[in-house]
Amino acid sequence: MAALVTLRSPIAAVGREVLDFVRLLGRMFLFFLQGFALIFQPPFQFDKIRQQIYFIGMKSVFVICLTAAFTGLVLGLQGYYALVKYGSTAALGSAVALSLVREMGPVLTAIMVIARAGSSMAAEIGIMRVSEQIDALETMDINPMRFLISPRIAAALICFPLLTALFDVVGLYGGYLSGSVLLGLNPTFYFARAQSSVEMSDILGGFAKSLVFAMVVLTVCCFQGYYTHTRAEYGAKGVSMSTTRAVVISCVLVLVTDYVLTTFLL
Amino acid sequence: MADLPLIQLQDVVKSLGVQRVLDGVSLSLYRGQITAIIGKSGSGKSVLLKHIIGLIEPDGGEILFDGKPRSSMDAAERSAVKRKFSYVFQDTALFDFLNVFENIALPLTERHVLSKAEVAERVRAKLSQLDLHDVETKYPSQLSGGMKKRVALARALVTEPEIVLFDEPTTGLDPIRKNAVHSMILDYQRRFGFTGVVVSHEIPEIFFVAQRVAMIDEGRILIEGTPDEVQSSSSREVRNFIEGLETPRDELTGIDSAAIGQTRLLQEMGRLQRFRIPFSIVLLAVEALDGADRIVGHMAGQALFKAFAGHVTHNTYITDTCFRHAINKIIVVLPDTGEAQARHFCGKLARTLRSHIAQTTGDTFKGFGFTVNAGVAQAKIDSSLPELISEADQSKTVLFISREDS
Repeated sequence: MAALVTLRSPIAAVGREVLDFVRLLGRMFLFFLQGFALIFQPPFQFDKIRQQIYFIGMKSVFVICLTAAFTGLVLGLQGYYALVKYGSTAALGSAVALSLVREMGPVLTAIMVIARAGSSMAAEIGIMRVSEQIDALETMDINPMRFLISPRIAAALICFPLLTALFDVVGLYGGYLSGSVLLGLNPTFYFARAQSSVEMSDILGGFAKSLVFAMVVLTVCCFQGYYTHTRAEYGAKGVSMSTTRAVVISCVLVLVTDYVLTTFLL
Repeated sequence: MADLPLIQLQDVVKSLGVQRVLDGVSLSLYRGQITAIIGKSGSGKSVLLKHIIGLIEPDGGEILFDGKPRSSMDAAERSAVKRKFSYVFQDTALFDFLNVFENIALPLTERHVLSKAEVAERVRAKLSQLDLHDVETKYPSQLSGGMKKRVALARALVTEPEIVLFDEPTTGLDPIRKNAVHSMILDYQRRFGFTGVVVSHEIPEIFFVAQRVAMIDEGRILIEGTPDEVQSSSSREVRNFIEGLETPRDELTGIDSAAIGQTRLLQEMGRLQRFRIPFSIVLLAVEALDGADRIVGHMAGQALFKAFAGHVTHNTYITDTCFRHAINKIIVVLPDTGEAQARHFCGKLARTLRSHIAQTTGDTFKGFGFTVNAGVAQAKIDSSLPELISEADQSKTVLFISREDS
């Protein structure tokens, strides 16, 4: 019996963890729904949404361009050496374009925004929580969900597709740089193949992914910050925990949802 | 108390984690009064305050507003009730991403009732009342602790609330600022007539501010009543707590505390009754003339009060006792003294004030005017102490007025 208990307990522990995580997902989804619904409660918070678009979108442009350029470069390089074995380097354009539009664009954009904006959002909201600023909003009869979370969700839903599109374009030119300029592939071929292989459904798929990632990233990061006070750790420790968990959970969830979405989209 | 309490807590129970923080708290808060909640650290004072405004929901019990239980209110009613409140947080809880102006304006702009110009006008009015002119565009992290407290106070008062909850408004301030905040609370309360709840450690000063005092211990209300009732309580816990915090000397002025003064009055009364030795009291009240609605007024008032107390003690004999009676009042007990001699004491004091105090405060606080009123009363065998004090209070006449040009 005792042996059975020791055998069972790690399994039970794993089970508990999984159940907790599923419960957390449920709570986060409700959190998102609430925040999303409050976007449409008049009077609209145009000003706050504009500020968040600047913070999430505009300030990410440089980082996105940089990552996109190098992603494109490496895709062109790897793609070229893989394709050259089969003598079909002409297909490089379509290989780079498709992997960017379908996968790399939405996923890497999401990851970069997590690193840049998501972590700071979790920290910012977490600090507001521990210094009682969120309580202060409540005492003024200001709904903190509407005041803090809704504008961020709205801004992310606007920014993610645009940043993804930017990533795709810059990445495509990165591929051109390594494939055509450095390795001597015919640039006309490269762009012609890229254009002919990418269909509208691919672009829409990437677009859908970026919207879902926006929702996932924002929800996780805001949720982790917003509930900083419910952690076992207090104060600065709690905020650092929130930030870490925001980044880890949103990265994992982005990759998981990417896989799930891809199976549906293909 | 004939009228219905504005807020009523009935058997409020709350546990945080395994700890039972509130264990059946019942408390009534009346309209237009300031109620102080005192008690040891960690006795649940702040938690109680958060229950009153609805930041924390009780596990059990009920909170009534104007006789209506909160649990039976719908969202709109709750929101309407909440808008009557303001809350001054212990650590100010100012929004660090907004500057001072935006911080104070936020509760107004988010209500979308006033136009931009009206909001700006109201904020500017509050800023000038609290002497916060030059900090409008600064961020909370650029301000000193005392200034942050004032901004938090301005933010709380800008909505012209009916009920203001203060969570330790004076913790960490020096004696002058502490007394200035207290006199500010009193002054605002007199002018705007809000209902106040102050969580405080400041004993005995808080007794000057509050009309009612409730002491909380281990999640229960130990005693509730007027400051006099609480101070004269015979309960061992209450006595231990109050005496533990009470210092024999008043922190601001250095004169004797009200508790020592009361003891002295009782002794003198005993001597009068037994040996027919007369004694008189002089009640001195310092009142600010103008600038009273500004923080300079409150700060200057307290600095002045401190200086004034010094002059009073200089004019007394070693056998006399002076103690602080209220936030701006001093009582001097003159043993073996009749009324005529007591008046002579007043005359002497007035001369000292004319020669000294005008320059000292006039230089420090420009444009601040004040008046000192004095009332004299000789004790009678058949009158009680409160009667004696109120007789002195009623017979007050002007002793000294500071001149603007000095």
